Amino acid sequence: MITINGLSKTFQVAKRSSGMKEAVKALFHREYTAVEALKDISFTIKPGEIVGYIGPNGAGKSTTIKVMSGILVPDGGSCSIMGYTPWLDRVAYVKNIGVVFGQRSQLWWDVPVVDSFELLRDIYDVPEQEYGSNLSLLTETLELADIIQTPVRQLSLGQRMRCEIAASLLHSPSILFLDEPTIGLDAVSKIAVRRFIRTINEEKGVTVILTTHDMNDIEALARRIILIGKGRLLFDGSIDAIRSRFDKEKTLTIVYRNRPEPLQIAGATIESWSPERAVLRVDTEKAVLSDVLIEASKQVELLDVAIDAQPIEDLIVQLYKEHQIS
Amino acid sequence: MKLYWKYVVILFKSQMQYRASFWLLTIGQFLVPFSVFAGLYFLFERFEQIKGWQFQEVALCFAVIHMAFSLSECFARGFDYFSAMVVNGEFDRVLVRPRGTVLQVMGSKFEFTRVGRLIQSLIVLIWAISRLPVEWTAPKAVTLLLMVASGTFIFTGIFILAATLCFWTVQGLEVVNIFTDGGRQMAQYPLQIYKKWVTRFFTFVIPFSCVNYLPLLYILDKAPGNGLLYMLSPLAGVVFLLPCLLVWQVGVRHYRSTGS
Amino acid sequence: MKAYISVFKLRLYNGMQYRAAALAGIATQFFWGFIIIMVYEAFYSQGGIEAPISLSELISYVWLQQAFLALIILWFRDNELFQLITTGNIAYELCRPSGIYGLWFAKLLAQRLASALLRCMPIIAVALLLPEPYRLLPPPDPATFLLFATTLLLGLFIMVALSMLMYISVFVTLSPSGSMLVFAVLGEFLAGMVIPIPLMPGWLQSIVDLLPFRYSADFPFRVYSGHIPKDEAWIGIGIQCAWLAALIGIGKLAMGKALRRVVVQGG
Repeated sequence: MITINGLSKTFQVAKRSSGMKEAVKALFHREYTAVEALKDISFTIKPGEIVGYIGPNGAGKSTTIKVMSGILVPDGGSCSIMGYTPWLDRVAYVKNIGVVFGQRSQLWWDVPVVDSFELLRDIYDVPEQEYGSNLSLLTETLELADIIQTPVRQLSLGQRMRCEIAASLLHSPSILFLDEPTIGLDAVSKIAVRRFIRTINEEKGVTVILTTHDMNDIEALARRIILIGKGRLLFDGSIDAIRSRFDKEKTLTIVYRNRPEPLQIAGATIESWSPERAVLRVDTEKAVLSDVLIEASKQVELLDVAIDAQPIEDLIVQLYKEHQIS
Repeated sequence: MKLYWKYVVILFKSQMQYRASFWLLTIGQFLVPFSVFAGLYFLFERFEQIKGWQFQEVALCFAVIHMAFSLSECFARGFDYFSAMVVNGEFDRVLVRPRGTVLQVMGSKFEFTRVGRLIQSLIVLIWAISRLPVEWTAPKAVTLLLMVASGTFIFTGIFILAATLCFWTVQGLEVVNIFTDGGRQMAQYPLQIYKKWVTRFFTFVIPFSCVNYLPLLYILDKAPGNGLLYMLSPLAGVVFLLPCLLVWQVGVRHYRSTGS
Repeated sequence: MKAYISVFKLRLYNGMQYRAAALAGIATQFFWGFIIIMVYEAFYSQGGIEAPISLSELISYVWLQQAFLALIILWFRDNELFQLITTGNIAYELCRPSGIYGLWFAKLLAQRLASALLRCMPIIAVALLLPEPYRLLPPPDPATFLLFATTLLLGLFIMVALSMLMYISVFVTLSPSGSMLVFAVLGEFLAGMVIPIPLMPGWLQSIVDLLPFRYSADFPFRVYSGHIPKDEAWIGIGIQCAWLAALIGIGKLAMGKALRRVVVQGG
């Protein structure tokens, strides 16, 4: 569906100068520095995938999205999406994609949401029947029925984002680009948006490419992560692969019947200890978790056990650290 | 074209959300050229004529250029506001939609309040026509229509050129006012009254004289020799618009390769 | 007083940063100046008509108008102030220990000065060197120049006091653009910005004389060229001071009333 090969892009950034003399000079001659936004990026995405495209600020995420959505022309490399080269056949190509920029609205601010939808129908030339069935499906799954007659400026951020996503799906695109779709949303809205993204992916088979800084989005949605840093592709694989690579430590919290002296358990480090409760750290490469538990139960009378994996956020931070891009 | 009207309808609905401010602005827009016209009237009251041109003739000149200006401010306002569109990234949105950029930018804004200005110039036009001792014929009426249309094209072309500059820089764009506001101010009078370099510039570079002065000679039966050339001179407005659209495409290409 | 001065300084430096805008503005104003002068030149070339102001006096009038445009236009919009008023954030301003009238006055004054300082020098310098008949002639004697500087400064204060009234009116209407546009168009016409006041018909001139608008622009420019003789200029300065006192008085009164309403309504 999407094949990207050796994509690269360099920007010329004018050097900022200060002072009157420099400013006058800059009128005639400007010095530029080249910034490599993308260096030899290659990956393929299959139909129906949800891919999390992540990386720190300035890594090249939005440049890639802009290239893939036909906004920007790269310097080198090829990109084939559904048989189109996005920047060459812009008008024909963009009929097949939907784009949501989380920070910017595509809806007309002062008119009811449905008016915006109807204009988008005309812009994308959606047949009446298709529009009708899409609209009723979207209204149902996104629970828009109550807000569709309200002017956009009166909507809450969460309501607006639901409408934004609906707006980019009216023309039944095969690919949906989501740029920070949950930014600024409250917890309830975030969960609703995630649930909906999964629904349309499963039911309509829409391929989703998602950039976000919220790792909970990634964990809830993406089975695959592409990590980019300083313009290079650093990691491409499943979340499980990251887990098995970095998530080698588990935190074990045990509660037991009163025992005045400290525990000694082979294969575990004692993080903290009290007569009723202890926190242990277990390196899963060196010790088996069940052995540790058995050992513990020999020493104390266990009342409660909790095992915590590292949050995905920490894993990503480790990944950034490994590549020295944070 | 059908789509463009849909854009207009949605913008009109938006505008109607702020009705009071809409009416006040429209009245204000009516008054702006009105005060200029009053100034013109007082000057003619004192001096009676300008280089052989009577007040009614200059009034016709005034009406045509102000109509053209207000029409282009109505329709091509999106280009006038284009720098904001580039700065806040709205133009990316335009590029991910399966329509031409010119249509979408034009459809992004429509200044309905300019109707006030349009009405004012229409009144002046009707007044001037009724007072001029001209025998109106079909070709003359067509020429008059062509003048307004062609003037609209020229102002639109200048707006597009200014918008294209935004792809490179958003600083110092006010200099374009020379050609929009300045062009309007200048073309209120028959171009003949100015110095040669002004007349030449505004005939061959930006063809304001072709929408106003030259065809006016034909309408007022002042044209020497064959009137046809004078009658058709407003077509220069179309000729002016085409390279502007071309330059716009170059600008869009530049934007898509630099993303700045 | 210190607070006012630092607000003034901040705004002045801020405004001076827009060099590209200033350059563009200078170019535009030159073009306008030329166009207007050529029109008057055409009118004057006909002869036979006794004009109430000579062409060279008129040309000085036009160049000074272009050079000091930022000081004398009514339509010098400060969106920050508008937003402050319409969004109700004015409450924050009320927390400051200085009087709002003075602070805003300083702010508006500085904005106009910054914008004018950047533009007036190059325009005047070039206009003084232009070939005849476009040249801006220097004032007839140093005393006239001093009178001009005084009247221009007083005129600037009058203009700021007038525009303060416009901002205060926004408290009542809460919608800036429409009513202000009407006010600005009328005010600028009556200040001689569309056509110079001496060229207006007599009946209109006698109306204009009764209003404050012409004392900001028309009056100093005619003092400059000597079109208004010195003894008349001294009387004019007296009228300027009277208007200034009256406008500031009205402004403060109106602002006090408007603010009380804001406090009562809670913004």
